[in-house]
Amino acid sequence: MADIDATLPAHEEAGLKHHFDDSAQQLESSTLGMWVFLLTEIMFFGGMFGAYTVYRNLYPDAFASTSHFMNLTIGAINTGVLICSSFTMVLAVRSAQLGQKKALITFLILTLVLGCIFLGLKYVEYHEKWVDHHIPGPGFRYEESQYFHQAQILFFLYFAMTGMHAIHMIVGAGLLTTLIVMASRDRFSAAWYTPVEMIGLYWHFVDIVWIFLFPLLYLIGHTS
Amino acid sequence: MTHKVVSVKTFALVFFALIALTITTVGVSRIELGEYNFICAMTIAVIKGSLVVWFFMDVRRSSSLTKLFVGAGFFWMAILLVFILSDYLSRGWLPRPGWW
Amino acid sequence: MSTTLPPPRTAERTNYLNADYSWQSWLFTTDHKRIALLYLFSITAFFFVGGAFAVGMRLNLLRPEGLFQHDTYNKLFTMHGIIMVFFFLVPSIPATLGNFLIPPMIGARDLAFPRINLLSWYIYIFGGIFAISAIVRGGVDTGWTFYAPFSSTYSNTHVILAAIGVFISGFSSILTGLNFIVTIHKMRAPGMTWSRLPLFVWAHYATSLIQVLGTPVIAITLVLLGLERILHAGIFDPNLGGDPVLFQHLFWFYSHPAVYIMILPGMGVISEIIACFSRKSIFGYGFVAFSSVAIAVLGFLVWGHHLFVAGQSIYASMVFSFISFLVAVPSAIKVFNWTATMYRGSISFETPMLYAIGFIGLFTIGGLTGLFLATMAVDVHLTDTYFVIAHFHYVMVGGMVLAYMGGIHFWFPKITGRLYPENWARLAAAIIFVGFNLTFFPQFILGYLGMPRRYATYAEEFQVLNVFSTAGASILGIGYIMPLIYLTWAWRKGPKSPQNPWHAKGLEWEQSPTPPPTFNFDVPPVVTEPPYNYAEEVESGGH
Repeated sequence: MADIDATLPAHEEAGLKHHFDDSAQQLESSTLGMWVFLLTEIMFFGGMFGAYTVYRNLYPDAFASTSHFMNLTIGAINTGVLICSSFTMVLAVRSAQLGQKKALITFLILTLVLGCIFLGLKYVEYHEKWVDHHIPGPGFRYEESQYFHQAQILFFLYFAMTGMHAIHMIVGAGLLTTLIVMASRDRFSAAWYTPVEMIGLYWHFVDIVWIFLFPLLYLIGHTS
Repeated sequence: MTHKVVSVKTFALVFFALIALTITTVGVSRIELGEYNFICAMTIAVIKGSLVVWFFMDVRRSSSLTKLFVGAGFFWMAILLVFILSDYLSRGWLPRPGWW
Repeated sequence: MSTTLPPPRTAERTNYLNADYSWQSWLFTTDHKRIALLYLFSITAFFFVGGAFAVGMRLNLLRPEGLFQHDTYNKLFTMHGIIMVFFFLVPSIPATLGNFLIPPMIGARDLAFPRINLLSWYIYIFGGIFAISAIVRGGVDTGWTFYAPFSSTYSNTHVILAAIGVFISGFSSILTGLNFIVTIHKMRAPGMTWSRLPLFVWAHYATSLIQVLGTPVIAITLVLLGLERILHAGIFDPNLGGDPVLFQHLFWFYSHPAVYIMILPGMGVISEIIACFSRKSIFGYGFVAFSSVAIAVLGFLVWGHHLFVAGQSIYASMVFSFISFLVAVPSAIKVFNWTATMYRGSISFETPMLYAIGFIGLFTIGGLTGLFLATMAVDVHLTDTYFVIAHFHYVMVGGMVLAYMGGIHFWFPKITGRLYPENWARLAAAIIFVGFNLTFFPQFILGYLGMPRRYATYAEEFQVLNVFSTAGASILGIGYIMPLIYLTWAWRKGPKSPQNPWHAKGLEWEQSPTPPPTFNFDVPPVVTEPPYNYAEEVESGGH
């Protein structure tokens, strides 16, 4: 009766799960898995980009009208904030690669803070929309009455897209917090820091979504 | 990781490029270019996104498999957008009777 | 014909079933085989829930004036569709047979992400709870397609509950697909090259691509639908400037590829069964493998054929129609290759083979009738009639469910370590085949004659065919209940199975014990031969 499973390799390597043969296979699997997940996120946001494209196409004048009510200043600052946070995230991963615990924690905290700034500014923006009665629903009002319905649809999509993005940011903030806790408990080393890398990929992806949202929602139609 | 560590300088250059492109895109949006506003803004966004993917997400040094998956993801979203748009854009094309 | 039994063993070796009997070892397991069984039980339960709704529908359709109130009937067909599509068909083979067999087939100890595998089951159950609560609270009446603006504005049933259930279960599907993709890329045993992979694995790889790329779109569509139902901003409401066709575009972008999620794993099962019971390698292995991927890719480009009469532009419709014809080609290639495999093979008619042969015939009919529907001019007359219903039931039930039954029987010895009663199984297969055809063939005629779908009542001249259909459904129901009984019995009391009762090729049969130990192999496998290497048999037949 063979209870010892001869197929299990001896696992001295840190963090190696039993079903993998070596840590290279494990890391490649994690990376590919995270990329496949990001693919699903591309398609998830893609559906909203699709809806948005259709309505922009159908109602170009209403769209140009609504773009005046987008807060370009906050939008631009937020874009800068997210780019900075991607920079700090990438430096965090680099610190992990070099086994620099304090730098890793510092850059993770900076990324988290920048993410929170983004969310805070987003809140300010949403509040503005609330005051202007631009939140779709029974309370919706629009300054140019001939575009009332189209504008409501466009604001609906604005909130759906930025709201979904903000939810992803909040999840990202939670993940970053987890990383900070793990890092301060010495869970990472130059030999194994896979979660930092994976969450980094996720964070960059959320940044990329914003890189496309910003011009679509804030910049186009601004001159007319 | 068998890869060498990327230098801070490389990351900083990409960072500054992203900031510069953001400023550019805001600036260009102020100029009235008609349809080209959209094309410019989207082109700049694609460049920014590509920089993040290539450098920050390290696809530059990733396996061909990873590159294939990244490309496929964006390609699939393009399928969604293009085919749906093709319906809306061609709805006005009524067939002319007797054209053939 | 029965298999000779091995001499009785005195002590039962440790396998994945008896390694630990505690409930925690089941509910917190990360063993892909146990997770497959968790799925098997829940999916079977949902199958019978969905079937119950079908019983209600067929009872109602016995009389032209119907039986239930119209609103009730609407809820019956809606819940039948939602449960069968999202909680049975989409997960069925991948989550049960795929989960169980992919690691041993490629020589791996487990999937790449065992904990995510378990999470996917919990997510599936969580989504199922929402679906069941929608049922318990009175059901939904929008049709499983949730078309707006009825679903977003006018229906006063539990649309959001049902949509949440579908949304959540979609993540289960995504995680399963993600797991399979990474596993197949990264965890193959030495020597297991892509060209040596069993076609079952190729089929699941293609399926996983669809799951990963398509499911998120229906997820976001349901989110938008739910938000619209609450806020009434008008995104799908023509009275408020919205376009209901946009909903249909977004919905079908997933739901058409979803039908390939449902059928591709079944095709993978058929390849395995046909090869084994013809004692021949699959003819045109490369073509069949490539066809799986081609179906997955092309399947994303045809969704507009559901919108031919919805107001989609003629030009877009023409493109979709043309590509829909193209997507039939790889399916046909598979049918030709299976047939060519059987030609000059040494064929035996065990239950799995009966199901596989049934599949080939019924799937072919279903697939060909799809071409009628893909033809725009014909579709104008056939859409929203019973012709459509017959078409998709031929491919889904005559195809997919038969493949599922065949696969369950084929791998039953591997999964349970027991043999099922062959004669009862053959009888059930025959009953299912007869019942199925009696149920759904009349529906082709009904559709051609103009009987519309999703109506509680119908014109009197359609009654005879409807009665045939209901009669067939009762026979079909008996056919499904029989395996439930004898397979449950056989699991507990059936004769012990030898390691490889079918003398099949494949790592899961030849190098993994029956039933497998927790980590699948006693010795790490190394692959040196091509798949389906039945030609090397010199003796007369393997069994």
